[in-house]
Amino acid sequence: MANRPELLAPPEIFYDETEARKYTSSSRIVEIQARLSERALELLALPEDDVPRFLLDIGCGSGLSGETISENGHHWIGLDISASMLNVAVEREVEGDLLLGDMGQGLGLRSGVIDGAISISAVQWLCNADKSCHEPRLRLKAFFGSLYRCLSRGARAVFQVYPENIAQRELILRQALQAGFGGGLVVDYPHSTKKRKEFLVLTCGSIQTSIQTSKNEHGESCSEDDFSEDEESGTVSMSDRNRARKRQKTKKNKKGREWILRKKEQSRRKGNDVPEDSKYTGRKRKSRF
Amino acid sequence: MSIRVLKSSATKTHLRLPRCERAREREKMRLIVHNMLSCNIRGVVNKFPLRIEPEKVIVKEVDFNPDFLKHMIAKIDWKALVDGARSMGYPELPDHPPTTLESDESFLRKFHHSLLELNLEEGSLVCPETGRKFSVNKGIPNMLLHEDEV
Repeated sequence: MANRPELLAPPEIFYDETEARKYTSSSRIVEIQARLSERALELLALPEDDVPRFLLDIGCGSGLSGETISENGHHWIGLDISASMLNVAVEREVEGDLLLGDMGQGLGLRSGVIDGAISISAVQWLCNADKSCHEPRLRLKAFFGSLYRCLSRGARAVFQVYPENIAQRELILRQALQAGFGGGLVVDYPHSTKKRKEFLVLTCGSIQTSIQTSKNEHGESCSEDDFSEDEESGTVSMSDRNRARKRQKTKKNKKGREWILRKKEQSRRKGNDVPEDSKYTGRKRKSRF
Repeated sequence: MSIRVLKSSATKTHLRLPRCERAREREKMRLIVHNMLSCNIRGVVNKFPLRIEPEKVIVKEVDFNPDFLKHMIAKIDWKALVDGARSMGYPELPDHPPTTLESDESFLRKFHHSLLELNLEEGSLVCPETGRKFSVNKGIPNMLLHEDEV
């Protein structure tokens, strides 16, 4: 049973009218898309001078991500391959200009006109060959090549992607770097399977800015490289089940304060909302409890 | 003399416009996009600008933001903008942009109008070299290429 839409049908067929409506009316999806778009805009690192910029939204769909861009005061052009999704966008009266097009065919925009590009949950569709004439590598090449050309100097492109496996991730990254982009991958909440989100941040031209650090634990920033300090230190030690030891009742199985703190730390790393540790954590309660 | 689509008399009564009618007001293919679009067909050299063949043009008001206009003016291909505006029925843009923008408010207003407020709703964009037409429906240009054009 395929739960990835890319494996079910090409995007212009998968996102037909009913699916497009379902997608846009689902409040969960709307909320997730809004959050992802905000994060992508953050990673775009546009200068904060209140001048509206001219952005590109690739795979804009029904304009969920575009709305976030408009809310931040920028103008945008949206590109999507599914006419049904774009029709929903038109109905929702989005403020951006919409284009019906295939990103794998190249963007067809003039050089150096775009101040930044975002794409939410779209680029992974390029990795699948939907027609016999498709060759994913060439389509990715056409896409990244045309994108590099149309971005202005120092502009960034941020893609939130759902790669199916490591091979896809490599493929996307390699084609992007070959097109001349610099940059890399930013992973939010790397330890949680549910919350984990990958952002490909690409820079155009030689600008010495640091890639924003990824989010971890309540939005605290941590460097991408320091994964080792986040690994949980050791597991609960196994007590010897030898019968001779049964007489010694040790405290190993009791869930003391240390255990609680460790579990809370684990949960925090996954990105859950955990109450702060205080002197009351793991305090001995009255026997009534 | 700009072409204005007059609203039908239905709006003058208390009848609420059906949703599809209202939605049509927001559709846009504006000159800001047209100025960036080029023909994507493989092997085409003269791909910009695309010629506009309008069938229905609408004027939709947008908030005036001089900062954005000044930011955009460096990116705009002026000749394409003037030709595009003329074909959409707005010939009032000067042939060359003035050197000092800050002082010239009337110019900025004309620029704003032509760039952001003229909407091509139905029509087509034509590649200057091959003559291939990209149709515009409900304000969305269809830039999908056929397999042999990629």
